Amino acid sequence: MQSNTHISVQNLNVYYGKQHALKNITFDIPDKKIIVIIGPSGCGKTTLLKSFNRLIDSVDGVKVSGKVLVDGENIFDPKAEVTHIRKKMGLLSQNPSPLPMSIYDNVAYGPRIHGLKNKKELNSIVEHYLKESGLWEEVKDRLHTPASKISVGQQQRLCLARGLAVEPGIILADEPTSALDPKSSRRIEESFLKLKEKYTIIIVTHILRQAKRLADHVAFLYLGDLIEHGPAVDVFENPQEEMTKEYIKGVIS
Amino acid sequence: MDKRKIEENIFKALMIASTCLILSCLVLILAAIVVKGLPSLDLAMITQTPKGGYYLGKEGGILNAILGSLYLAGGATILAIFISLPVALYLNVYVKKGSRLASFTRFALDVLWGVPSIVYGAFGFTIMLYFGLRASLLGGIIAVSLLILPIMIRAMDEVIKMIPEKLLEASYSLGATRLETAMKVVVRQALPGILTAILIAFGRGVGDAASVIFTAGFSDSIPYSLLRPAATLPLAIFFQLGTPFPEVQDRAYASALILTIMILAISITIRILTRRFTRHIVK
Repeated sequence: MQSNTHISVQNLNVYYGKQHALKNITFDIPDKKIIVIIGPSGCGKTTLLKSFNRLIDSVDGVKVSGKVLVDGENIFDPKAEVTHIRKKMGLLSQNPSPLPMSIYDNVAYGPRIHGLKNKKELNSIVEHYLKESGLWEEVKDRLHTPASKISVGQQQRLCLARGLAVEPGIILADEPTSALDPKSSRRIEESFLKLKEKYTIIIVTHILRQAKRLADHVAFLYLGDLIEHGPAVDVFENPQEEMTKEYIKGVIS
Repeated sequence: MDKRKIEENIFKALMIASTCLILSCLVLILAAIVVKGLPSLDLAMITQTPKGGYYLGKEGGILNAILGSLYLAGGATILAIFISLPVALYLNVYVKKGSRLASFTRFALDVLWGVPSIVYGAFGFTIMLYFGLRASLLGGIIAVSLLILPIMIRAMDEVIKMIPEKLLEASYSLGATRLETAMKVVVRQALPGILTAILIAFGRGVGDAASVIFTAGFSDSIPYSLLRPAATLPLAIFFQLGTPFPEVQDRAYASALILTIMILAISITIRILTRRFTRHIVK
């Protein structure tokens, strides 16, 4: 295994009942880069993302085969601890989903369930990660107001801070800006570009321009098949597969 | 006027008429209780136990039944909470959506909901006989909790079911276990609904006569032991109405008034409490 591989997907198959949602996916995700997964709706992007943190487990009638190695450890190993795997990845979903508690408690939720009780440490964690997600200045005077009271864009940055607070190595983002206005979207994108120094970031999007702005690496999925993947420059400038060319040109969507 | 507009107006009128009908029923029931009960209502009614005749109570009051009902319905509600909440959480957090176990459990609960309360009374009585228990406050508490369990579980289940999957996923993705997610996220988010479920169940329990007639029995003294019979308001009303004496019958309406006021007071308290707890809820 190469030293700069963070996640290695090997022959990953996912079935929902009879539907073959992901077909024999194999590729490596490099460390501390932004990997953008593109493809039309229903191609399996979200399924792939949910496989990484095993949220896929709770889907009814799901069957998974193959391996996903994170830091060399197969997360689908029956002995693997789900909570431990999930702690390694922060998830940012399509619509921000603040927990029904205050801004402070949202960020402190992760550290608390992993056993941190010290008030001082919690305070500094909350401040640090709210700063990292660029929300601190806007909420520092009202940390104890309900998280549902801030704007949707702010909620998404709160969810980012909440995810970072469990100190993951990986950020999973499922169309993280699709519910946001352009200004909030830009702020999230800016955060990603800053955060990739420390984290491996996997973004699912169907906005091609966003993919071009952010991606170091690109993976193109179509109807459950991984059609093409590689460095962003290669895939966007010089796609090898006919299907990728058409998708990038906007012929298929 | 064209046909569609006439149609629209006819159905709108029918809907308004139905709404008025149900509202006027409520008003008439309340009016009947107030008009017939208020003259017999005095301080003695709520501060004394029955006097002048075995629990018919021409004089004195119905304190035995007021306290009996509160103890009995309160006890049954608390007992039911400890069973309902785990079931509702299990069905929604632990069991996969649309699983056979979940839909069978829901179906079974819906059937139990429809079982007449006298059946719970008879069932409770049979069990009591088996254990050699006599009609008692404890027996009543068990019978009433059986009666209100399906109501409480399904009411909690319905509100917990409404919680978006995303919220649970957000918690899981931070490494939370199902139990942590259930206790810290689900219960918080569903708290107003859970309180309402408890209230509905309490209301049903406090107002039911058939399930307690064999199990709790009746007594004209204030309940002082779990193992002694206890009076309840619905039964007090039933016995008072059943007497041939008009003045005792009037006191039945006063008892009904007291029961109604009790339920109203508890509803309002829960509403106010709910408002204080809903601050953090994600809409």
